[in-house]
Amino acid sequence: MTDKQTRRVLDIKNLKVDFETNTGTVNAVRGVDIHVNAGETVAIVGESGSGKSQTMMAAMGLLASNGRTEGEVVYENGNILGLSIRRLNQIRGKKITMIFQEPMTSLDPLYTIGRQLAEPMVEHGGLTWKQAQAKALDLLKLVNIPEPERKIKAFPYEMSGGQRQRVMIAMALANDPDVLIADEPTTALDVTTQAQILDLLAELQKRLGMAVIFITHDLGIVRKIADRVYVMKTGEVVEQGETRRIFTQPEHAYTRMLLDAEPTGHKPPVPDTAPVLLEAQKVKVEFELENGFLQPKHILRAVDNISFALRKGQTLGIVGESGSGKSTLGRAVLNLLPASGRVVFQGQQISGKDRGAMRALRKDMQLIFQDPFGSLSPRMTVGQIISEGLLVHEPSLTAKDRDARACQALEEVSLDPSMRNRYPHEFSGGQRQRIAIARTMVLKPELVVLDEPTSALDRTIQKQVVELLRDLQKTYGLTYLFISHDLAVVRALSDTVMVMKKGQVVEAGPVEAIFEAPQDAYTKELIGAAMLTQRQMMESA
Amino acid sequence: MTRYVLGRLLGAIPTIFLIVTISFFLIRVAPGGPFDLERPLEAKVMENLNKIYHLDEPLWTQYLLYLQSISQLDFGPSFYFRDFTINELFAASLPISIQLGLSALALALVVGGMLGVAAALRQNGPADYSVMAAATLGVTIPNFVVAPVLTLLLGVWLGWLPVGGWGDGAFVNKILPVVTLALPQIAVIARLTRGSMIEALRSNHVRTARAYGLRSYLVIVVHALRGAILPVVSYMGPAAAALLTGSVVVETIFGIPGIGRYFVQGALNRDYTLVMGTVVVVACFVIIFNLVVDLLYALLDPRVRYD
Amino acid sequence: MSVTTPDIVAAPQRGRSLWDDARDRLLANKAAVASMIVLAAIALLSVFGPILSPHNFDTVYRDYVKVPASLEAYPKADQVQPAFEALVKRARLNLESYERVGDQVVVEVTSRRAIDPRSVRYIDRSDMFKNAALTDLADEDKRGTLTADINYLHFYFGTDANGRDLMTRTFIAGRISLTIGLLATVVAISIGVIYGATSGYLGGRVDQLMMRVVDILYSLPFIFFVIMLVVFFGRNFVLMFIAVGAVEWLDMARIVRGQTLSIKRQEYVQAAEAMGVSDGGIVRRHIIPNTLGPVVVYMTLLVPKVILLESFLSFLGLGIQEPMTSWGVLISEGARNLQGSAWMLIFPSIFLTSTLFALNFIGDGLRDALDPKDR
Repeated sequence: MTDKQTRRVLDIKNLKVDFETNTGTVNAVRGVDIHVNAGETVAIVGESGSGKSQTMMAAMGLLASNGRTEGEVVYENGNILGLSIRRLNQIRGKKITMIFQEPMTSLDPLYTIGRQLAEPMVEHGGLTWKQAQAKALDLLKLVNIPEPERKIKAFPYEMSGGQRQRVMIAMALANDPDVLIADEPTTALDVTTQAQILDLLAELQKRLGMAVIFITHDLGIVRKIADRVYVMKTGEVVEQGETRRIFTQPEHAYTRMLLDAEPTGHKPPVPDTAPVLLEAQKVKVEFELENGFLQPKHILRAVDNISFALRKGQTLGIVGESGSGKSTLGRAVLNLLPASGRVVFQGQQISGKDRGAMRALRKDMQLIFQDPFGSLSPRMTVGQIISEGLLVHEPSLTAKDRDARACQALEEVSLDPSMRNRYPHEFSGGQRQRIAIARTMVLKPELVVLDEPTSALDRTIQKQVVELLRDLQKTYGLTYLFISHDLAVVRALSDTVMVMKKGQVVEAGPVEAIFEAPQDAYTKELIGAAMLTQRQMMESA
Repeated sequence: MTRYVLGRLLGAIPTIFLIVTISFFLIRVAPGGPFDLERPLEAKVMENLNKIYHLDEPLWTQYLLYLQSISQLDFGPSFYFRDFTINELFAASLPISIQLGLSALALALVVGGMLGVAAALRQNGPADYSVMAAATLGVTIPNFVVAPVLTLLLGVWLGWLPVGGWGDGAFVNKILPVVTLALPQIAVIARLTRGSMIEALRSNHVRTARAYGLRSYLVIVVHALRGAILPVVSYMGPAAAALLTGSVVVETIFGIPGIGRYFVQGALNRDYTLVMGTVVVVACFVIIFNLVVDLLYALLDPRVRYD
Repeated sequence: MSVTTPDIVAAPQRGRSLWDDARDRLLANKAAVASMIVLAAIALLSVFGPILSPHNFDTVYRDYVKVPASLEAYPKADQVQPAFEALVKRARLNLESYERVGDQVVVEVTSRRAIDPRSVRYIDRSDMFKNAALTDLADEDKRGTLTADINYLHFYFGTDANGRDLMTRTFIAGRISLTIGLLATVVAISIGVIYGATSGYLGGRVDQLMMRVVDILYSLPFIFFVIMLVVFFGRNFVLMFIAVGAVEWLDMARIVRGQTLSIKRQEYVQAAEAMGVSDGGIVRRHIIPNTLGPVVVYMTLLVPKVILLESFLSFLGLGIQEPMTSWGVLISEGARNLQGSAWMLIFPSIFLTSTLFALNFIGDGLRDALDPKDR
């Protein structure tokens, strides 16, 4: 080890962060020691609420106004925690820079990219606006933005999420920082973009030699880029060490649980004799986009000529990135939005039926949403939410019967039925998704369309929900249409997989065939980006 | 840009037409007429008057006649101020009201904006609470209370300012009316600015600006305030139209010969042309200011420009 | 699995609804709670004050025109003798002696002719004395003793330019102003909610058309329209709040439409649709409960606006008609008499301003309570 690598550039000592709220003090961070050496990449891993972001926000003096800090953050032999804003501004944005999770909102929508890039350089580097603009152009080239001369005059809304994150990285590098803090920089991005951004960060670090603190919940990323890892849970560091050691010999139970959280296993196949439950033929969904007055209307083909058949008890996984039309397909199959083509469910053609005619069929075909916060009516009790479907489909039931059925459904999803008079906001994300599942199960459906049911959840909770879905399928012989961008989950749950891109199917087939031997270039890129191949390598090793 | 403005102005013509039509018939179905005085006029005189003002013709013809004259920007003769045309009345009074309104608007923007920003920066502190309490007071005390109190205090007791009158637009004569007009607007603008400023200060891009060590001026004014001022701009449209077309209360109390007083006098005396004229003028102001607001919005927010 | 398994089901715990949370947050807001107390006090005074007050709101005390507010009773000690002397003179009697015994005035009067016993009416007709009596008539009725009780009256807020008790008038004005505020708000909210919800829920072309109508109505000078309505169709209490209500529904319609549109896009509405819930069920169980918050907030903020609009019309002389009154009428009278009779402006203004202040604070408090992310 060289001297450079052992010099600590940023040393957080016994940092505590408290928030004063109406309901009392929340201890977000409870005495954390984290350091990063020059040129090193350190990852801080944890689930939501573990305090990993707040630790770095506190170090940068970016806490909300009700936040209190204690401890030390040492940079260049001086404590920067609690410095005056003027003194702090000589360090942040210059020596320590940060990129954030939300590329869509982290840039000011009202100014051009060029101006925002130049601002910190003028502020800290003593450059004139003209010099700064020239350097901004170089930086855009450095982070591989296409057409940098044009983009430098562009506004953030004219760029994609991945491009904005590149701009943020360019901004972070502008003043040759010693430390770059990356707070979940790829979480909001599609997997392929995610991989590109990670590669870019790794390459730039190699070239420029700054230290990187990488905050993430994704262990795949950690393994790929980090030298050392800190594992955080409820405001404390529970384990730390070199990446290889953490992954091969985790000591703390929580670390082991995190590592084990990736869903595994395969779905037992369904016999070919099982009847076909759902058949879609040449389903097409088009949206008209208004381009403004007098301009011709632009037609977006969200789902383009897709056909598939699904046997009872099967799971069809639909994967693709955002905007690929996978959610639209799910809704079109349920006849929730106008589509052309033919959909046959239980031998009945349902495409073209109006809402009234669909009503009786709705009992057998259900939908579960991604966002467990948005899909539950906030002013109804859990009991009311779960039993609402019974009001429609089994109107003969008395209030008491409905209540009993709701209790039963709650038990099936492993929730305490005595909580049925509570409201959704009193539950955690995982519990809410269980409630949403209970709402569909109470009707005893045949087909369930699952639209990213695990994407908004932490890994460990994700695994529990996947297990729950698997059990329910086994018990009731359910048929799933599983929509997800998360290839690991799809792999664990599906019989067959359909890969979608821009409304079209690029590849479809049995799950193992797709994952073991992808044919299409895009499928290969997706799987590569999701680092599934790496995991396999490690598993086989 | 020019095309857009022209398009918007052309698009306003049907709106104005509808407004004219609705107002015209609404006024005419109401009972009473401009010459129903306490002492009835002689039949002969009445007949002559009706002839001069075309009141003897069917309503439909009158409507068409009015449309014709208004399309030439001629608002017709006044029924009540019989020696004047409506155009003459407006030419004399509108500039005064606009002058007062603009001054009040500028004052309200500057003072209200600064108070709002100051309150947002000290959110939930004593300064915030006092600004907000003062703003609530400003919204709740009607200006016909404020005006006499100010007059009594500054005009009568201290004798610093004239009690009323226009004084041919002398500066001292404008102070009290402008302040009275501006006070409730200051309050509204301060509240609006504070609200949107608090939101802006919490936004991600302001966090970015902080994280990059920018000076407070850049963070607060350049990055937070420019976005936060947008709701205020939206509010300014209707508010400006209302201010510039005169305030009945202020003009009555301070004895200012503005257009606002004609609102009431016209209505009280069934002066059909005066009523119609004010309706059209106010509607035009509303439309023009909505356009100005949209243009300002586009100037401030590139995303709107893009659409 | 059997459907009925009630015995294994534990007693359900009661959850805390968002309404419960909002109520707690509202009650924790000191300004809002204080405002509610102030508002309740004003409302109680307005309803019961006129009944409990010793004065009628339209009783004219000719001797007490524009008397200042005072905690002491009228007539004041130094007013009694000159007033009595003036009255005796008006009755064409000569005053021989004046004596004050407690709350009674005892005087000797003489006259050149026989004293008409009806002349005590001159004394009784005054607001300052009562129970006047003529006794001990002597000297062929040309001499006698006149006694009268002093009639003590309290004018805590003073009296107006006609000599009416301002306190009673302020209370009765409160009834009118609050009633107008509430009724007009109900009218505005009803129109606005129905219009906005229809527009938002139907969407598409209907929505565009309905909102275009609102846009056009927005560019009408509406205050002026109210004036026109009131002038042309006569001044009348019912018309007044219909006019004001008809003007103020536009904002409500926009708010409700926006809210409906955003709720319609919420996943819980889609979930209900996917479950086959009918339009009626979606509106009843999902849309209405979730739009209620902003409507309630807007309502509390609309009441002060309407009260203010009513006082504005009253200031123009288009409001409530004499002898009935409203805060606006009282204030405009007060503003005219500010010099010399400041109490005529001060007391109604205090009531009006505290009401508006309280309503604004309650509205703000409700908004924060219902939408806590703003704080």
